[in-house]
Amino acid sequence: MSKAKDKSSKKRNIEEDEEQLPIFDNNNKNAGALDNDEGDSDVSDSEESVFSGLEDSGSDSDDDDDDDDDDVEEEDADEDLDNEDANVKANGQSSGDAETTERPSDDVSKPKHDEKSSKGKRMKKKERKKERGEGEEKEKSDGDAGLKVLAQVDEYEHDTSDEEDIRNTVGNIPMEWYKDYPHVGYNLDGKKIFKPIRNKDELDEFLDKMENPDYWRTVQDKMTGTDIRLSDEQVDLVHRLQEGKFGDVNFNEYEPAVDFFSNEVMIHPVTNRPMDKRSFIPSLIEKEKVSKLVHAIKMGWIKPRKPKETEPQYYDLWAKEDPDAILGRHKMHVPAPKMRLPGHEESYNPPPEYLLSEEERLAWEQQDPEERKLNFLPQKYPCLRAVPAFSRFIHERFERCLDLYLCPRQRKMRVNVNPEDLIPKLPKPKDLQPFPTTQSLVYLGHTSLVRCISVSPTGQWLVSGSDDSTVRFWEVGTGRCVKTLEVGGAVKSVAWNPNPAVCLVAVSFEGTVLLVNPGLGDKLVCSATDQLISSYEPPVEQREQPVQWNEAESREQELGHRLVLQHPKAVKQVTWHGKGDYLACVMPDNSSHLQVVIHQVSKRRTQNPFRKNKGLVQCVSFHPVRPYFFVATQRYVRVYNLIKQELTKKLMANCKWISSMAIHPGGDNLICGSYDCRLTWFDLDLATKPYKVLRHHKKALRGVAYHKNYPLFASGSDDGSVIVCHGMVYNDLLQNPLIVPVKVLKGHTITHDLGVLDVTFHPTQPWVFSSGADGTVRLFT
Amino acid sequence: MGGLQKKKFESGAVTNYITRNKARKKLSLSLPDFRRLCILKGIYPHEPKHKKKVNKGSTAPRTFYLLKDIRFLMHEPIVGKFRAYKIFVRKLRKAYAKAQWSDVERIRENKPGYKLDHIIKERYPSFIDALRDLDDALSMCFLFSTFARTGKCHVQTIQLCRRLSVEWMNYVVASRSLRKVFLSIKGIYYQAEVLGQTVTWLVPYQFAHDHPTDVDYRVMATFTEFYTTLLGFVNFRLYQSLNLLYPPKLDSKAETELKAAGEEDYAMDSESYLEKLSALSASLARVISTAEEEEAEPDHFPAEGEDLERMEEREKAQKEQEAQKRLFEGLKFFLTREVPRESLAFLIRCFGGQVSWDKSLCIGSTYDVTDETITHQIVDRPSIEKQYINRYYIQPQWVYDCINAKILLPVEDYFLGVTLPPHLSPFVEEKEGDYVPPEKLKLMALQRGEQPEQEDEEEDDDEEEEVDDDDDDDEEEEEDDEEAEEEELADEANLKKMEQQRSQGKALSVKVTPGKVKAENRLRTEEEEKAEEKRLAIMMMKKKEKYLYDKIMFGKKRKVREANKLAAKRKAHDEAGKADKKKKKAKKQ
Repeated sequence: MSKAKDKSSKKRNIEEDEEQLPIFDNNNKNAGALDNDEGDSDVSDSEESVFSGLEDSGSDSDDDDDDDDDDVEEEDADEDLDNEDANVKANGQSSGDAETTERPSDDVSKPKHDEKSSKGKRMKKKERKKERGEGEEKEKSDGDAGLKVLAQVDEYEHDTSDEEDIRNTVGNIPMEWYKDYPHVGYNLDGKKIFKPIRNKDELDEFLDKMENPDYWRTVQDKMTGTDIRLSDEQVDLVHRLQEGKFGDVNFNEYEPAVDFFSNEVMIHPVTNRPMDKRSFIPSLIEKEKVSKLVHAIKMGWIKPRKPKETEPQYYDLWAKEDPDAILGRHKMHVPAPKMRLPGHEESYNPPPEYLLSEEERLAWEQQDPEERKLNFLPQKYPCLRAVPAFSRFIHERFERCLDLYLCPRQRKMRVNVNPEDLIPKLPKPKDLQPFPTTQSLVYLGHTSLVRCISVSPTGQWLVSGSDDSTVRFWEVGTGRCVKTLEVGGAVKSVAWNPNPAVCLVAVSFEGTVLLVNPGLGDKLVCSATDQLISSYEPPVEQREQPVQWNEAESREQELGHRLVLQHPKAVKQVTWHGKGDYLACVMPDNSSHLQVVIHQVSKRRTQNPFRKNKGLVQCVSFHPVRPYFFVATQRYVRVYNLIKQELTKKLMANCKWISSMAIHPGGDNLICGSYDCRLTWFDLDLATKPYKVLRHHKKALRGVAYHKNYPLFASGSDDGSVIVCHGMVYNDLLQNPLIVPVKVLKGHTITHDLGVLDVTFHPTQPWVFSSGADGTVRLFT
Repeated sequence: MGGLQKKKFESGAVTNYITRNKARKKLSLSLPDFRRLCILKGIYPHEPKHKKKVNKGSTAPRTFYLLKDIRFLMHEPIVGKFRAYKIFVRKLRKAYAKAQWSDVERIRENKPGYKLDHIIKERYPSFIDALRDLDDALSMCFLFSTFARTGKCHVQTIQLCRRLSVEWMNYVVASRSLRKVFLSIKGIYYQAEVLGQTVTWLVPYQFAHDHPTDVDYRVMATFTEFYTTLLGFVNFRLYQSLNLLYPPKLDSKAETELKAAGEEDYAMDSESYLEKLSALSASLARVISTAEEEEAEPDHFPAEGEDLERMEEREKAQKEQEAQKRLFEGLKFFLTREVPRESLAFLIRCFGGQVSWDKSLCIGSTYDVTDETITHQIVDRPSIEKQYINRYYIQPQWVYDCINAKILLPVEDYFLGVTLPPHLSPFVEEKEGDYVPPEKLKLMALQRGEQPEQEDEEEDDDEEEEVDDDDDDDEEEEEDDEEAEEEELADEANLKKMEQQRSQGKALSVKVTPGKVKAENRLRTEEEEKAEEKRLAIMMMKKKEKYLYDKIMFGKKRKVREANKLAAKRKAHDEAGKADKKKKKAKKQ
């Protein structure tokens, strides 16, 4: 800005040298004219702008710029004219002078361009200022500038009048301070300036109001205390201001907008400002900088930026393979398993058997994608040309990627077991002979299932009881039915007296236990038995017994019936003590303590050994040598000492429902068959848990038996088979019993889901008898 | 009594594992970055033995990493690069938003990059390790090289993949290490033996990919990034081992030959060079150009006993391999337009054959269709108009089957318009009890050098086969029969006697038949005994072992069942085919 001022001051000097007054005159003349396209007015404009810039100071310094800017275009366009006019007016001025005028105007234009942005706003302000300054209305554009000059003239006039008016010398202080004084300040001579004498009271005021027609336009000047009468113009102004109008009557609020700074490129520079020297002299600072850089490059301090390598560089990465590079991690690392290699079915032209049939394809489609054995449908194409793209190719590769980085890896030791090695090495059955191997005899005759069988202690006779309510006696060696006894119900249990000196068979059906002398074998023994029974003398005191002992009637006596024992409930099982005098009967009943009774045949006495009900009794058995009594309930086997009358052991069978039980002739081992297909072997000297559980049968076990002399035991099951096992018990207590299955005997047919119902061994030979639901008894030798 | 109460989950297995999220936080990486890091460093999750213990009592499904692994990751310089990249992206975005283009350019120029060399070295401390893990790398590179150069991934990646895969193929050609090849419905499987390692890769058929939307290409791209680096280094080393120049250069002789042809079709020299390389028709330049490779004869060491046998075996195998390498030597192939050129050219060159194709098909063809010395022309269309007498017109499967069979198969089955024999997978190695398709049996017979009698007529052949089959069956039966024969004889005698008796004493309704003495077959009884013994022993198995045994036996049985099923299917198919033939015959007559 200051530069601009300098320039303009220069210019002014020049112009003042030229004739200034005519120009002003010109201006004044033109002021009123609306049309100012003439070169003259333009000239004046440019000149004036410079001039006005001069006279303003400080804050107003940009006024001139604004004014100039208004007409930058016109000014530029009419530069030549301007000069010509100037020349004409200069009348005799040298052409050199004209040129001097020309240049500054050029230069001035330059800074003005820079300030274009702020001009629009300022424009209006300035205009308003001017109008306040004087009431006169002026034309827009160039007229404005002319106005201004005029205003300045007026101002001076006003100033002088003001000075005259203001006699107040107190300065700009609130006049209240002089309220109580008669004077207002002092004049130059130090005399008091007195306020006009105001002795108007209310009345005077009123009268004045009523009489004075100018009262309404009279205002008291507080500075001087005089009354001033407002002129018409002033009143007008007040009115206009009250209405919110511009004070200037002629001011047009709605001038059409003129776009001063349009997008049109101007061909001439805005200012006439001469070029700076520095604009054509190379910069020293830059030179210094460049020389520094050049030096740095020369010295190799600065290196050009390397072009970026886009291509990856490969080299021999494994040039020196040092063993140290192998981290501990690598030992732990589990390499990813390779992809499975394709089989024939993946071929584009597979053998026909690998193609899926219609059903297989449907099944494949219905399977979940995870469950499918093949993740694609095998397909056959006649030629390579016909093979399409595999639609899931990217999927599969992606899944492989996921597997590689998301799947936990684990080293799984795959047990590559030869299944043969898993089979336990057992002694050959051949070496464990003798044992029954083949079915040699079938005892036919029963019409219904044969529930129970028993062999005479001599081994010559066999008794069987069946659901057709008969008991049949067979000769073992020939399979001939020697005798048939009709009884009054389905026979549940038969038991041959183990005492070889007695020929007596206990038969149970319903609530009755019959003691029968079949009269087979040695006549002497038979008669001895009869004698034994008949020699009974009832004791003096007849005790109340739970069971009725009756002698058989004479007709029945001929059939062989000797004694009839009437039980209150159905008898399920009868079993003899080894000596042949005691007989135990089982009457399973969950609600009573009378489930087991022991009869003494010689004394015809019955006793109930248990006072408490310990669960449903399945079967009972006497210990072969010692006074122990075994009672099998559903899940437990209780061993009672009959002498001490106490419980010695409770064996846990680990099965759901015991069906049968047998005791080793040595007395130290026990087997239990159960309805849940298990056979449990207990060693009584060891724990109460089974020593071994055998699950050989597919169905419920019905009967188990030990051989008296040979180390054999057998089990019969509903699956129709009898399994004979070698069960060697050693005298040496440290050696565990050896249990080896040696033979599966099959022969019975399954009827009504029942197979073998009872098994028993021949007392001397390694033979086994089995009775089945098919109504037969079979002998395996 | 003493001390503080021990807190749960502060010792034991918990201390060895870290969940994914915690690991991520520990490394202060975003999930994608963590994923990339894991992929690049080959870190995979671990399944703890007791998941609940490690999961602090919760049973929520979580991925666990070994804490050791994560600690190992913390020292990885690439983690820093990841962070730098994050900042780079942020800066770039800012500059973009502010439209500061010069800044954008500057930031772009300073884009942080990273190298994976050290990771490769670290993951594969020896070259063999790298070769062992090359399967996936190759498959991925071959897949990416077939991608269109639009979207999905950077063009540079695709170009690099293409370059590397071409280099690999050239190496395989130069080293003649290809062993097996299989045309599957998914693509073409190749198997090469490189420095004693079998490397298998899958190349998709040349079609535009239908890009699935449910595939995360970022994961694939990260893998590819790693694999390309790996493959580059492996290629370099392999080329070096063969005395070849890397990056590969064509033989100077070949180069001049090729220059004449089709140079002007390519705008860029580099592009045409890659194309020429990928044409696989010319050999590569060697560092020291040697006219002939000397065959390194393995030294003979005196060996004894088993070693000697093994040595002999090895030598035999080696000889076989050598023979396979020269399978197509002396043969001149010509490929027509419809066959997969790259695959066939690769194969034929791998086994020493000469190959060319139509000039318009691809750059690098060496001779024309009209060449009289062409022995085989590979055609995959039903018929061809102009046929030369002195060459075989065969379908492409012949080449693949020959390679797998390691011998030149008779061309008759592969002539134009002939129904092709099934293409079998060379990767299946049948064990005892597995189903072997009859084609494979035939092939094995051919390999053994047995002359098949099928030359004359197909039908005869079929019938013969049938006879053969029957014979086989008979043989099996015979064994049984022999055992049974004696028995039967005895039985027959008995029956005769019985009949006589019957005729004599017809009047008796009830009669006692004398007990027959069964002549016992010792073998059979022995077998039976053994079987029973086994059965009994199985009964005595412990529960656990029984379970395992049952499982194994179940698996075995299933295998047998499957084999039987396939055999039955085949039989049914053959019979149906035969019936058709007969019908046709009948119609003709």
